[in-house]
Amino acid sequence: MSDAQPSAGHFAENVMHFARVLRAAGLPVGTDRVQLALRALSLAGLHRRADFRAALLTCFVDRAEQIPLFDQAFYIFWRDPDLLGRVMAMMLPRVTGLQALGQQRENRRLARALFEGQQILGQPAEHKLEIEATWTFSEREVLRKADFETMNVEEWEAAKRLLVNLELFFEKIKTRRTRRAATPGKLDWRATLAASARGHALAVRWRQPRRRPTPLVILADISGSMSKYSRMLLHFAHALALSDVRVTSFVFGTRLTPISRQMAQRDPDVAIARVVAAVEDWSGGTRIHACLRAFNREWSRRVLAQNATVLLISDGLEHGDTLGLQFEMERLAKSCRRLVWLNPLLRYEGFEPRAAGIRAMLPSVDLFLPAHNIESLEALARILATPPAGTRSSLH
Amino acid sequence: MSIPLPCSIDETVSGLVAMDYMPDRALATALYLTLRLERPLFLEGEPGTGKTEVAKAVAGMLGRRLIRLQCYEGLDLAGAAYEWNYARQMIEIRIAETDRDRDREAIAGDLFSERFLIRRPLLQAIDPHHEFAPILLIDELDRADEPFEAFLLEVLSEFQITIPELGTIKAIRPPIVIVTSNRTREIHDAVKRRCLYHWVGFPDAKREYEILTRKVPDVAQHLATEIVSFVQGLRDLDLFKLPGIAETIEWARALLELNAIVLDPETVNNTLGVLLKYQDDIARVQGSEAARLVEQVRAATRLA
Repeated sequence: MSDAQPSAGHFAENVMHFARVLRAAGLPVGTDRVQLALRALSLAGLHRRADFRAALLTCFVDRAEQIPLFDQAFYIFWRDPDLLGRVMAMMLPRVTGLQALGQQRENRRLARALFEGQQILGQPAEHKLEIEATWTFSEREVLRKADFETMNVEEWEAAKRLLVNLELFFEKIKTRRTRRAATPGKLDWRATLAASARGHALAVRWRQPRRRPTPLVILADISGSMSKYSRMLLHFAHALALSDVRVTSFVFGTRLTPISRQMAQRDPDVAIARVVAAVEDWSGGTRIHACLRAFNREWSRRVLAQNATVLLISDGLEHGDTLGLQFEMERLAKSCRRLVWLNPLLRYEGFEPRAAGIRAMLPSVDLFLPAHNIESLEALARILATPPAGTRSSLH
Repeated sequence: MSIPLPCSIDETVSGLVAMDYMPDRALATALYLTLRLERPLFLEGEPGTGKTEVAKAVAGMLGRRLIRLQCYEGLDLAGAAYEWNYARQMIEIRIAETDRDRDREAIAGDLFSERFLIRRPLLQAIDPHHEFAPILLIDELDRADEPFEAFLLEVLSEFQITIPELGTIKAIRPPIVIVTSNRTREIHDAVKRRCLYHWVGFPDAKREYEILTRKVPDVAQHLATEIVSFVQGLRDLDLFKLPGIAETIEWARALLELNAIVLDPETVNNTLGVLLKYQDDIARVQGSEAARLVEQVRAATRLA
């Protein structure tokens, strides 16, 4: 930060530009937050850089994951003593290498937000890898964006059919909340006494527990061997996300990416375009073990707390550490209400779980079902709507 | 008995330290802004990092009343805001029945007057009779369900609650609100948007040492250094649940009970359950890993 305090007008402008950079980098910073930040800064003062950062952070950030991105943006934006020049430079076309930003690798989204519309030199041309990776395992992430065409008419019809049957997808469980009911359950004291006061002697009123569908967590494999189904499965996840039920979706290939935010978009094509833009390991290799581990550690406590059903969509072709995979599957199964595995390979007649990865995963699964087109998903809906039956070990 | 609000971040820090709470600078900044901007503060972080303690320390620092609302699944209006005292109302009806002179309308009106009202934390917090704004701690909001969040949204923005039988009760001095979450689920953006946000992380070694020696004054300086250094080492490991400050303090107390003077692998192995709460984590650390950490701690303290 500058030693000389910038004039209020320019300074406010800079805070606003900083907010715009954050917004472009994906932080949901509203205009009300800019005003809040300015008030906060006038109170916190501009004498210490740490306080300045803390004041901006507390106003602009609302989840812990955003902090690293905020810090990078903060570092880049406020490092330059010539704040206004910095902002002007942002607005003007300029050729900048990413090296100019220092040794630390900045977030790609942030880089784009900071240097939007500017050609970035010094960045190697993106490798076009067109190897058919269907049955091979590759550690390297193929940073290739899947080219999804927009939904065709038949798919749109199928998705709509699916939406109609959506109710079926969710098993309803009792909650601790109650609603008024005609049949005896819990005594509704408030309604009973209100009625008594109005002169209905002994007019007992009742309440019954409210029922609520269990939340759903979707973990979809988007690795090379699954690429044929990825598109259909994303449409499926999108249809589910628009229902009233809480659905949290993730995709994984070599790394785990939460996509619930992108899926909240109503239009399926826009939503999936956003997912494609956010995911960096499209159609690459698979590391089911590492991704499940990441899910168990970072997310399971955040999204599985309320009796969630987990839909794991994968072909289970893991070539890495199968012992570790078995452990992570077991932990996943133990921390959710029901673990359902959808495997497109199941559509082949006489499929037998021979692959080591599949054998490691199977013992922990409650339901093991095919999923290769919308029809098989509709069949799945009926099964999901019934409460879990049988034990996990009865599958093999 | 109320103490005026702090005028700077430094004053906030010293006020909290006087309450035996050692904040980091960013937390003090967020708190100071909360007090001055009259916005709720949303504290998120791992369990056992002192989120609830912040509210207690602020209440102590300002000499205000602390009203705590512990959230749980199914928490409803009756548990959070108000409830009618049904037992008393029943008795009132029975008495009224024996007394033929009173007419029904009068009884009905009387039954839902303030003297039959049970005030729960939210209603207590917005009571217009408060001389000073109280501290309202909404603890572990992630445990409540979404319908409660929606209700809370209304209370947090207007600081008023409407009771159909009685009318609207509105705070004259809005309470200072601190919301905490352990992040067992995401809180809706609409709630967060009304609040200032702060992520409460694990403290660094220096601050953890200060906290430990303040909370457990009996612990010897040497042992405290070793404990902090060991726990900091644990946090670098790949564990499912990292120990918080609360665990550090508990462990120090446990070691005092066992009359430990220095850390040795055997004592560590026997007391790991105080620090780690998952069997997988304990199995990972117990034995060679614990011995290695103890060795590392000793080497570090010898240097220092």
